[in-house]
Amino acid sequence: MFSKILIANRGEIALRVIRTCQKLGIATVAVYSEADKEGLFVREADEAYCIGKPQVNLSYLNVEEIIQAAKKSGAEAIHPGYGLLSENADFAKRCIREGITFIGPSPDVLEAMGSKIQARKTMKQAGIPIIEGVNIPLKGEEEAKKAAAAIGYPLMLKASAGGGGIGMQLVHSEEELAKAFAGNKKRAESFFGDGDMFLEKYIEAPHHIEVQIMADSFGQTVPLWERECSIQRRHQKVVEEAPSPFISEETRQKMLDAAVQAAASIGYVNAGTIEFLVDREQKFYFLEMNTRLQVEHPVTEEITGLDLVEEQLKVASGEKLSFTRQEVKRNGHAIEVRIYAEDPNTFFPSPGKITEFQLPSGKGVRNECAIEAGSQVTPFYDPMIGKLITWGATREEACKRMKAALDQYKVEGIKTNIPMLKQVIAHEQFLKGMTTTHFVSDYYVPEKVQTN
Amino acid sequence: MAKIQASMAGNVWKVLVKEGEEVKTGQDVVILESMKMEIPITAQADGKVQKIYVNEGDFVNEADDLIEVE
Repeated sequence: MFSKILIANRGEIALRVIRTCQKLGIATVAVYSEADKEGLFVREADEAYCIGKPQVNLSYLNVEEIIQAAKKSGAEAIHPGYGLLSENADFAKRCIREGITFIGPSPDVLEAMGSKIQARKTMKQAGIPIIEGVNIPLKGEEEAKKAAAAIGYPLMLKASAGGGGIGMQLVHSEEELAKAFAGNKKRAESFFGDGDMFLEKYIEAPHHIEVQIMADSFGQTVPLWERECSIQRRHQKVVEEAPSPFISEETRQKMLDAAVQAAASIGYVNAGTIEFLVDREQKFYFLEMNTRLQVEHPVTEEITGLDLVEEQLKVASGEKLSFTRQEVKRNGHAIEVRIYAEDPNTFFPSPGKITEFQLPSGKGVRNECAIEAGSQVTPFYDPMIGKLITWGATREEACKRMKAALDQYKVEGIKTNIPMLKQVIAHEQFLKGMTTTHFVSDYYVPEKVQTN
Repeated sequence: MAKIQASMAGNVWKVLVKEGEEVKTGQDVVILESMKMEIPITAQADGKVQKIYVNEGDFVNEADDLIEVE
């Protein structure tokens, strides 16, 4: 096992990794931007290095400074968290070249899954069902129109390098496609440095269900059940839960099998997630693979009793997985909500200073959060300020505990989505388990926006 | 004369108008990027763009002047 690691991330996930390291007796090194110098994760780490100005490209994406900090501190490995450099193959390569372990899969795998078009091709070859669509970058609007006519509308226009819903748009007709194409391509170029676009057939009222896997470097891949992450706004997840209230046991086993097959076919090592879209008939299709720890990993931890960060560290240091598929039991139900600094009606960001802050507590309540009273929520980073997770013996109990915990959650000084979360959690459709990716637009936005 | 201001802190991602251009109420004039989201800033009145105070890539605070319309 490592004796010291560097965490190339910030906020709650940096703090989350530090917590496991403390448990295992591993020394931690934080890196931070000028905007985060007061951050809780900076104080909690054993050492900390400032790596630049607030903008991510000058700090958290500044490979040179991060590598220097790792060398100066003598860290043997780097945990990249999620987002930022976590899926960056060049960064992983650089770590390896410098003799530092990158806690994640190999650069080849990062590269292969980083392009959604490439990933579609790879998964199709591995026998995993993919959504009908195009598997080559569309050269321009005309080619897109031709491809679209062959598949049939409605379609999702997507950026190959996309993420967080950027560069993605639903199109119902040739006119809409023509309108959407150039703008989304430009957006993808500007955000990801890659403007490759493709099309996928639109799946009506889908569920977003993903399978967590853990694989060691001895060829063992174990599925750690699924997570339902259908409740989204702006194509970003807001509520996640495990297990999925939607799929049957038969579908579940098929999806776990497919996920193992997908990961094994590319020689995947470490924690990873295979995302699927699931239609009304419970047919599932590969969407993408996330080659890192996910934001919503706590719900899996809550139902399996595993510490996924610990497992990541073990696998990265060359240990074998200590459990088999049969040994990973599932117990009860867990729900996570993401607390965003944003207007609960428009979903527009709300940066500012947090004047009062109180986390909820109680049986089955878990907080992942790196802010406190006096913290400044800056416009430089993602609006997620924390995650609230509740566990219950049943889904109903987890929901009840979530409602009670949200009522206790207190954030003053900025706007948050807590009022929205309260409505979602208490909504009759949610309690019934009717969670599709349309949930927010079908049941939340119309009435809310009208009353405001 | 009206000054269009930033509705929140962020980076200026796109300036969509030029000095001398006519704009209409509700038209997007600047797009800010804040917390990884695009925030369109719209003109509140019809008029002619007199002055642009910001460049693409600039960081602005809430209530900073972006554009002057007459």
